[in-house]
Amino acid sequence: MNTEIKLIDNGKRLDGRKPDELRKINIEVGVLHRAEGSCYLEWGGNKVIAAIYGPREAIPRHTQNPLRAIVNAKYNMAAFSVDERKRPGPDRRSREISKVISEALENVIQLEKYPRASIDVNIEVLDAEAGTRCAGLTAAAVALVDAGIPMKDIPVACAAGKIEDQVVLDLGKDEDNYGSADLPVAISPRTGEILLLQMDGHLTLEEFNKAFDLAIKGCHIISDIQKKAIMKKYQSDVEV
Amino acid sequence: MSQDKREIVIPSQLLGEIKQKKAGRGTFIENGKIYAEILGILNNDSNYINVIPLKGRYDPIEKDLVIGIVQEAMSSSWLVDINAAYPALLHVNEVPWDVDFGETERYLNNGDSVMAKVLQVDREKKLQITLKDYNLYKLKDGYILNVEPSKVPRIIGKKGSMISLLKKYTKCRIFVGQNGRIWVNGSDDGIKKVINTIKMIENESLSYGLTNKIEELLKKDAKDVH
Repeated sequence: MNTEIKLIDNGKRLDGRKPDELRKINIEVGVLHRAEGSCYLEWGGNKVIAAIYGPREAIPRHTQNPLRAIVNAKYNMAAFSVDERKRPGPDRRSREISKVISEALENVIQLEKYPRASIDVNIEVLDAEAGTRCAGLTAAAVALVDAGIPMKDIPVACAAGKIEDQVVLDLGKDEDNYGSADLPVAISPRTGEILLLQMDGHLTLEEFNKAFDLAIKGCHIISDIQKKAIMKKYQSDVEV
Repeated sequence: MSQDKREIVIPSQLLGEIKQKKAGRGTFIENGKIYAEILGILNNDSNYINVIPLKGRYDPIEKDLVIGIVQEAMSSSWLVDINAAYPALLHVNEVPWDVDFGETERYLNNGDSVMAKVLQVDREKKLQITLKDYNLYKLKDGYILNVEPSKVPRIIGKKGSMISLLKKYTKCRIFVGQNGRIWVNGSDDGIKKVINTIKMIENESLSYGLTNKIEELLKKDAKDVH
């Protein structure tokens, strides 16, 4: 595409955001009836559904752990989620994301309560616009709470990156494609522990630190949105 | 009733210090502080801080009475779904009949329902149930409905007040399993009424004075019929 368009101009980005501004996030809890817990999340142009099944006995049996549960996250992009039709089914990218999300969630779920079990997390990306792994993890966390699974914390993810030599929060689609770096971070907001950290592109140490701090700031904002969404769903039950 | 509003807590919410109170169910301790680990309702009236779950699977406890659905008949045992995270094992020694090896299918088959007692839960959460107790048997007719396991105490009521109310006004036979399965048998109208009332109890399980409210409703219903 044309590289003449400036990704950031006069402190304003392509979609009119400030460098440290998030896209609009909307979370809905408990949207699926047959799942134990579920969540629908809209993050800018991203639309993601997360569904939790289990804890149930892990199958095949050799995957069982007699001391704790395993987390089986499955990230899948719908064929129609991107501009050019994506070939359906798991590919290298989605397998990687499934793995890192599983491992991030394993650190917050109280796995010892369900030996031999598996907790299945299905993340379906209906519409993609950069940052779907963060959106997926954030949605999965809310769905886990909705499923009543014991957890030490509600994880949350957010990305930062670099466009036109400037560090910005929450990259949009063009910023991701034509920018120079992307840094998704997932944390446990109560303790500040890092659950996921990946980097695509190049950042100097200074830029990295700046981007990292920015992403963590974004995580805390999103964490509040998550908690409000859960409360909104269940507060109404109490006031009947 | 002017009681404090029930407070909903979500995982990772700070509930108190370990010096002041003890950590009960649904909580965990980190650095001397007590946090909630599940979505639920806060209860800290006693010495303990408890979180009563709003959702989640049935957590089997020994001696609980449950309703199970047979999943598989093996040569000397059955696998029974009791709505827990794991299927429960029902061995031929734990049924009141004399079953020959390989003849299990003649007594209980895939899809049959039983009233059972949880016999054993071990550290690996391997479950065993038994039918060897009085009033435990195979369910032959009636209707089974599912509710959230955490709402079972509400449906039973204080000392069984709610359930006896239901039995009195609908003349149905009702058995509430601790795993959130409820068996109802009686006239068609009675079953319908029980199902509707239980759905209502489940939806409004968090409000106060529910037993009185349900009683009024059932009374009104009874008048309408005659």
